[in-house]
Amino acid sequence: MADRVELGVSFLRTMVRIREFEQHARIGYDAGEIPGVVHLSIGQEAVAVGVCANLAREDYVASTHRGHGHCVAKGAETGAMMAELFGKSTGTNKGKGGSMHIADFSVGMLGANGVVGGGIGIAVGAAQAARLLGKKSISVCFFGDGAVNRGPFLEGLNWSVVFKLPVLFVCEDNAFSAFTRASSTTAGKGASARAEAIGLETRSVDGNDVFAVYDAAHELIAHIREGRGPAFLYAPTYRLDGHTVFDKAPYRSSEELERKREDDPVSDLESRLREWGVAQAQVDKIHVEAREEMVRAMLSARRAPLPTEADAFLDVQNIGAPV
Amino acid sequence: MSVQSTPKTTTMTIAEAARDALAEEMRRDPSVWALGEDLAAGGIFGTYKGLLDEFGAQRIVSTPISESMIMNVGFGAALAGTRPVIEMRILDFALCAWDELINQIAKARFMFGGQTNVPVVVRLPQGIGRGFQAAQHSQSLEAWLVHTPGLVVLAPATAADEKGLLKAAIRSDDPVVMLDPKSLFATTGEVPAGDYTIPIGEARIAREGSDLTLVTWSSLLPAVLAAAEKAGEAGISVEVIDLRSLWPWDRTRVLASAARTKRALIAHEAVRIGGFGAEIAATITEELGVPVARIGAPRIPVGYAPVLENTYRVNAEKIFAAIQKAMR
Ligand SMILES: Cc1ncc(C[n+]2csc(CCOP(=O)(O)OP(=O)(O)O)c2C)c(N)n1
Repeated sequence: MADRVELGVSFLRTMVRIREFEQHARIGYDAGEIPGVVHLSIGQEAVAVGVCANLAREDYVASTHRGHGHCVAKGAETGAMMAELFGKSTGTNKGKGGSMHIADFSVGMLGANGVVGGGIGIAVGAAQAARLLGKKSISVCFFGDGAVNRGPFLEGLNWSVVFKLPVLFVCEDNAFSAFTRASSTTAGKGASARAEAIGLETRSVDGNDVFAVYDAAHELIAHIREGRGPAFLYAPTYRLDGHTVFDKAPYRSSEELERKREDDPVSDLESRLREWGVAQAQVDKIHVEAREEMVRAMLSARRAPLPTEADAFLDVQNIGAPV
Repeated sequence: MSVQSTPKTTTMTIAEAARDALAEEMRRDPSVWALGEDLAAGGIFGTYKGLLDEFGAQRIVSTPISESMIMNVGFGAALAGTRPVIEMRILDFALCAWDELINQIAKARFMFGGQTNVPVVVRLPQGIGRGFQAAQHSQSLEAWLVHTPGLVVLAPATAADEKGLLKAAIRSDDPVVMLDPKSLFATTGEVPAGDYTIPIGEARIAREGSDLTLVTWSSLLPAVLAAAEKAGEAGISVEVIDLRSLWPWDRTRVLASAARTKRALIAHEAVRIGGFGAEIAATITEELGVPVARIGAPRIPVGYAPVLENTYRVNAEKIFAAIQKAMR
């Protein structure tokens, strides 16, 4: 039990850091400091944290357009992440990618992706490369419930089973794909049924319960690491914010939102930890530290230099100067 | 005493040259591997013949018919430290993987702020192949690819160039698109023995001349050479430049030649409108003010019946006529 408490505290720390990162990103957006589109994952932190807590640095993650949580959970440094959102040259991507392409190769985070379903093949390919190179790394691919209606979902899952690759597919069902309820555009019994039909080891869990996500991912990743092929985790959760920072989400009722707020994964975990004897002061401290970290990230992002016009011509390709 | 050693060459087809290039690179570098449909069976042009036996199924990977996955798995595998050769059968099918090529592979290095290179080779045989395969198996879309920042675009026309360029492509850290001349895979040429690469971005003078600079690439080269021959008989001395590399392309060599001949003609198999020939023409005009003409296919899909395909096809007669017109 002591282990569970310790684990829970570390989950909480990362979940709160993700939440604070995104709340500060919103502040930066509202203040006009973050120039581009930002998709927040507030309410979905338990999935990122529960899965990534099972990963080593050498493991790969391919993410979605809603990738801050995955990036933080995989160990990226929030200062560089925030600078990237600000479009600064000290950002993870030197200001060339922004929120939708945020990547940190030093921790195996192979990028958020501006294309729905775009990360699936990347994760499968990284797994295939790991095998070829004799590395122990596995790949995790996060995607939304909207991606399961795109071709790469079928192609990637099929491929991973055919070649028995070490990949964990994680479907984060936050109930919406952009402004539409994904259930209204997905036929049949949905993502898990499709994964099962293709032959993947599949689990469904409450995506707001970080322990449930952690335990299921733990089991599936053990299966993968034993060389028994890919696996699929279906994790229903809820997007507490709009699709993007400027979406007020008029397509859902305030009653629904209120109801869902009561099932906030962060406060749920806090109550559980308190039941387990964790002091409120310790919980408060986690919040304070996360907030301080993000305030520092904001300050340093604000002060960091912008890229120059000359930078626009760098890293296009090695051969053939850009003209 | 000095012994003049003649470099050894072997006669082989373009397909054989391609296979040798890949085999040599796979022997040299264990992180090089190939993935695509039917590779275990040698590939549709025989460019992978026998490689499964030597390298095994981990490195010669016969994939499902999942074009976007073939492209994206190659991409992901490059991000994770290997050098994949992505086989797409023919260019037309790569359109099923256009997102992965254009949105992901081409942009990754820039978008990720230089955190990674994408050392993939994407093989896209293009143009009219054996013939009469209609509109979805005969396209030449190099303009589209050259238009995409991030991609190196190669279009060899001889066995020696096929081998040297493919080897250079595999060694390059950039994503390289290899537009192989589908209709020429079975033609033979002299290929130097041993290990060599062709510098990417360097054109080749396929025929020297002084009256007109004729720039071409890929499958049209034999027709262009035949037309230049005929022009020679008619007293017009044509310099033929085989570009080999479309991005980067050899501006220096093309401009030097056009400055000397004072006239230029560009011939390509692709549709003339919006084709890559327009880029070369504009460059020559901007830099030299020399008159430039273009010949390419009409802006129609490639039809099935021989008369329809031939209406599309740029052949030696049409090129000869264009040479004569350019000289007027
Ligand atoms: C191929 C593609 N089509 C459309 C879009 C526009 N788009 C961006 S996010 C999104 C919704 C995706 O829904 P889902 O996969 O459920 O992820 P969520 O936004 O819910 O996290 C859409 C349609 C896109 N980025 N890529």
